[in-house]
Amino acid sequence: MAEQLDNYYDTYPDDDGHFGIYGGRFVGETLMEAIYALEEAYNRYKDDPEFQAEMDKDLADFVGRPSPLYHAENWSKQLGGAQIYLKREDLNHTGAHKVNNTIGQALLAKRMGKTRIIAETGAGQHGVATATVAARLGIECVVYMGAEDVQRQAQNVYRMKLLGATVVPVESGSRTLKDALNEALRDWVTNVDDTFYIIGTVAGPHPYPEMVRDFQTIIGREARNQILKSAGKLPDALIACIGGGSNAIGLFHPFIADEDVAIYGVEGAGHGIETGEHSAPLCAGSPGVLHGNRTYLMQDENGQIIETHSISAGLDYPGVGPEHALLKDLGRAQYVSVTDDEALQAFHDLTRIEGIIPALESSHALAYATKLAPTMSPDQILLVNLSGRGDKDMHTVAALAGLSF
Amino acid sequence: MSRIKACFDKLKADGQTALIPYITGGDPEPWVTVPMLHALVDSGADILELGVPFSDPMSDGPVIQKACERALKNDVTLNHVLDMVALFREKDNETPVVLMGYANPLEAMGYKVFAEKAQRAGVDGVLTVDMPPEESDEFLSIMDAHNIDSIFLVAPTTSPERMAKIAQYARGFIYYVSIKGVTGTATLDVSEVAEKLALLKERTDLPLGVGFGIRDGKSAAAVSQVADAVVVGSTLVRCIEEHADRLEELPAALAGLLAEMRHAINAQDMTK
Repeated sequence: MAEQLDNYYDTYPDDDGHFGIYGGRFVGETLMEAIYALEEAYNRYKDDPEFQAEMDKDLADFVGRPSPLYHAENWSKQLGGAQIYLKREDLNHTGAHKVNNTIGQALLAKRMGKTRIIAETGAGQHGVATATVAARLGIECVVYMGAEDVQRQAQNVYRMKLLGATVVPVESGSRTLKDALNEALRDWVTNVDDTFYIIGTVAGPHPYPEMVRDFQTIIGREARNQILKSAGKLPDALIACIGGGSNAIGLFHPFIADEDVAIYGVEGAGHGIETGEHSAPLCAGSPGVLHGNRTYLMQDENGQIIETHSISAGLDYPGVGPEHALLKDLGRAQYVSVTDDEALQAFHDLTRIEGIIPALESSHALAYATKLAPTMSPDQILLVNLSGRGDKDMHTVAALAGLSF
Repeated sequence: MSRIKACFDKLKADGQTALIPYITGGDPEPWVTVPMLHALVDSGADILELGVPFSDPMSDGPVIQKACERALKNDVTLNHVLDMVALFREKDNETPVVLMGYANPLEAMGYKVFAEKAQRAGVDGVLTVDMPPEESDEFLSIMDAHNIDSIFLVAPTTSPERMAKIAQYARGFIYYVSIKGVTGTATLDVSEVAEKLALLKERTDLPLGVGFGIRDGKSAAAVSQVADAVVVGSTLVRCIEEHADRLEELPAALAGLLAEMRHAINAQDMTK
């Protein structure tokens, strides 16, 4: 593996967006010129000093970066193993890592002269982050959201509306994130001339998996510097939750060549992998083609996508970014899963022990930390991406406790 | 010679435009698909396009999305659709059949297994909406080896350079998507279509079909002025949806609708 990892950054993706056999450009012909135009614009601006300066300024002054790296001492002591550090993406403006990407894509949209922005959203965090940048640019924004998610994330729906976005509930299929993505793609095909599609995760056709990853690697680059500064060494292990996988790849990517750093991606096991009601394509799925790329999918033997379940809307997706599929096959990252109940327990633990209310998505990463930390020694470091805050989940958690507002 | 080429050669000799209806396999009930295919041929179809249901048809509008949902409720799979083609072939060994659908059911079956089964069933072509030439090398060579034409799309957004690339991959005929949008949602502009087809004709010798946005005899006739083939889908699928609770009337209703388009196209062809 060592040799493969030396060349990793130069090798993946290739010029056509392939991460090994994964990734690629699987979209209808009408969108092909649009994704080439996006690729060209991204390649032109990504190393442009003016673009970078504008992006850095926005990330610092508008988003509030760098986000802190917090040593969770109480929790580490209680678990009795590794020292746990939390990368505080929950402290970003709009409450999650999603804004790192929407800032970047919005700057591109502006330079490409697009007058309309669309997005899909699951938990609503990406929708809010998109509506936020659209408000700043003063351009029209339409967010597609599964009708079921509109119900369970009512607060984020209202936030998007306050920000001036139109939220379209999607009633087709399973009425969750995958159907929102289908509908956003249909909108893009119809309005391809003036519309910029801000995809919220490291999936979709090339160049999205690469571009969104690049925007999110600010997480891992900061975390790497911060841990070296505060602990004087690299972490022994990284943990992040995986829906589409953008917060995870953002943390993992700058550490991929550091072979001694173990990497764990945590999928939603829902009611348990054995029940079939989960959203864990890397743990229990198989390769296929959906939403513009080849990757691991939850599908039946006939190639039909099957319905997923997770307590967290942001993980409730049958696919995953193609780079995670590659990292799994290379054996560089390990993909594991935790159930709704385990995530909920971690949600309450962190809230009571550290005074931080995490998002249910991030609670999956935290739940795996409670399993891993006790197997490690107190001089080892476990770095967990706290990708978002739990304000949006108050209704879901309260309802489970039999309460309503 | 493939059935598709033979069909277009004959129509060209007769000065006629091909009419290509689309229905989704297994919608609304699996048993009614093959009778509908025969009824379509009897009322003027030259080539049949048979949809393979998929859970996430992201290039399709609401009408065909719902057709997929109805078919999937009946657990209709790619295997069943291939069985339908084989059954159709028992009575009709002449009319070309093109499967239309999305990449994932083909990926799940495996390209080779699919090609073998499709060839045995009597499939003549396959159009995979979300598999552009960029991702098609392996697929194309396997289909070629089994004498199945890979049909590719050209869109209003496709540049002339890209048209040339697509022409290298295309077999059978090229399918021009007449509108920016999903199936069944807008009406096409014939003069715009004519401009694009002229560009395309400079880059390929294959026949050119036009689809998306053709809803009645009038629009079918208008397109037949400029295209070698007219593809009609959502209008027929809507008729299927309306007859879902009176299936015995369905083949005749569908045939009536197609006959009207055939008549309008023939009238137009006479003036050529």
